[in-house]
Amino acid sequence: MSDDVWRGAGTSEGAQELQSREDTDPIDLLREKGAVLRLPEGRVLMSDDVSVEMTEDETMIINMGPQHPSTHGVLRVMMELEGETVLRSKPVIGYLHTGMEKTGEDLSYLQGPTNVTRMDYLSPMFTELTFALAVEKLLEIEVPERAIWIRMLVTELNRMMSHLLFMATNGMDIGAVSMMIYGWRERELVLAFLEKVTGLRMNYNYIRPGGVAVDLPAGWRTDVLELCAAIEPRLDEYDELLTGQLIFRQRTEGVGIISQEEALALSATGPILRSTGIDWDLRKDMPYLHYEQVEFDVIVGQYGDAFERYAIRLNEIRESIRLVRQIVELVPPGDYRLQDKKVTPPPRARIDESMEALIHHFKIFTEGFKVPEGEVYVPVESPRGELGCYIVSDGSPKPYRLHVRGPSFVNLQTLPVMLRGGVIADAVAVISSVDPVMGEVDR
Amino acid sequence: MSTATPGAEADAPAPAATEELLHGAPVSWSRGQQVVHPTREQYLAVVTGLKADGYAFCSDLCGVDYLTHSGRSLPASVAPERFEVVANLLSMAQKARVRVRVQVPELDPTVASVVELYPGAEAMEREAWDMLGIAFDGHPDLTRILMPEDWEGHPLRKDYDTGRVPVQFKFPARER
Repeated sequence: MSDDVWRGAGTSEGAQELQSREDTDPIDLLREKGAVLRLPEGRVLMSDDVSVEMTEDETMIINMGPQHPSTHGVLRVMMELEGETVLRSKPVIGYLHTGMEKTGEDLSYLQGPTNVTRMDYLSPMFTELTFALAVEKLLEIEVPERAIWIRMLVTELNRMMSHLLFMATNGMDIGAVSMMIYGWRERELVLAFLEKVTGLRMNYNYIRPGGVAVDLPAGWRTDVLELCAAIEPRLDEYDELLTGQLIFRQRTEGVGIISQEEALALSATGPILRSTGIDWDLRKDMPYLHYEQVEFDVIVGQYGDAFERYAIRLNEIRESIRLVRQIVELVPPGDYRLQDKKVTPPPRARIDESMEALIHHFKIFTEGFKVPEGEVYVPVESPRGELGCYIVSDGSPKPYRLHVRGPSFVNLQTLPVMLRGGVIADAVAVISSVDPVMGEVDR
Repeated sequence: MSTATPGAEADAPAPAATEELLHGAPVSWSRGQQVVHPTREQYLAVVTGLKADGYAFCSDLCGVDYLTHSGRSLPASVAPERFEVVANLLSMAQKARVRVRVQVPELDPTVASVVELYPGAEAMEREAWDMLGIAFDGHPDLTRILMPEDWEGHPLRKDYDTGRVPVQFKFPARER
């Protein structure tokens, strides 16, 4: 087995693609295995799950993407159609692969966030956070209280921003083009604040091992509260524009259904898992930072369709606003990063007066800091689900192995299940409801 | 995020007699996280056992190439090999995580696939195959997932030559 697999995958033109029925093993076909990311047994045994009259030899395999405007980047989905009904499908990915895990092995722990922040470019704070938490766990250090609360503040704002962008693209994909403009408009408010804090609109490199890069700017409380006050009524407008709108509901309700068992078996997390009725949110169930000290609700659905995934994200923006308002009250004074000369650079003022500080500054920026040998896996709840970082350290200033568990990468596996039996016109709504970010899928 | 045990960070190889076992495989603790080290033969049985224990969710699976870091700390009864397959399992009921690390030898980088148990591991195993060349026996569709199909080599291996793209005018023509 190992030998022919070994040779087979070296050069195998077309092997990644969805194979036609003639080329697919009948047993594999029956189990929708091999060519398709597998459907669960029970589902396949129900032969009448797709109500379409099969005219064998007339199914057609078509490509959607990688350059389709509503595949959110460079996602390519191959679909087998019987008439307009989708039978099998397979996401083909890798068009945005830039070897970021390999790059990560060549960057020091201080440079690491600049790399990982580019993975999920719509919620960069979360990848930085999981990287920083993993490094801190390896170093066994505690960051100051203020840094923890600042991290919670910026990640919750980032969650709002990411979901607002989902509102925009989901609306656009389904045909509510005005929604796109509104979503971008509100997202801009959050972007403007994060730009004020970090200096950048995206790819912040703000959360670093040991704390955050800079303190919050003067007047940040007013800015954040104004931003929340501006966005909250707009969410009610979204409700009027989309949630209560007949066309939008007909396009999304009952479309792309996934059951609890399927979502769990396929390791789906985030809004996809919650839309099936499982109240799994790492912030609530396995709290990190200080999420056990704040009040918020986990939004769950019931039917697992595209509409519920939309509704969950919309209400998660409201929960994030609720969280941000609590966090604003709770951010304590103090240091925004750890004052440990082995991990964080010394304050600028100290460099002028202390030779030792200058040496530490020089050492940290040229060589980086050494991290004790070991390996950890640290997950956080990103807007798309469980975002985990697995780091192996060999005691040098660079990670020996950096692996990021991207929620979009895993969630894409649910596409064949969601698309099966639906019509091709709904494929766009289904792909949109998964909300994949290809930067994170392909890394 | 398993329950932390005091002094677990030491990772000191304990004598085999007092070694903690889980489904017959030695257990170690890494920064308070529980790690199980089954052999390749035990792997499927241990994962099956863990699934029965409630670890019904596979959150992550990846490979690691330990070519240049062979002196890592492992339980005394585990012989280090070049490759490792690392699976992170999650029990939602117990709110606990466990990590399974399997040693995979360089000369026969094959390990059993867990796709039958965790269909969600399919893409992850394909990624491990693509990036490190670890073959998963019983995987339904073991093809490259991130790299192009006709790519040669496995980029995350430590001996993979990263090379560089020649930049125009940077080197004399004969060196290019």
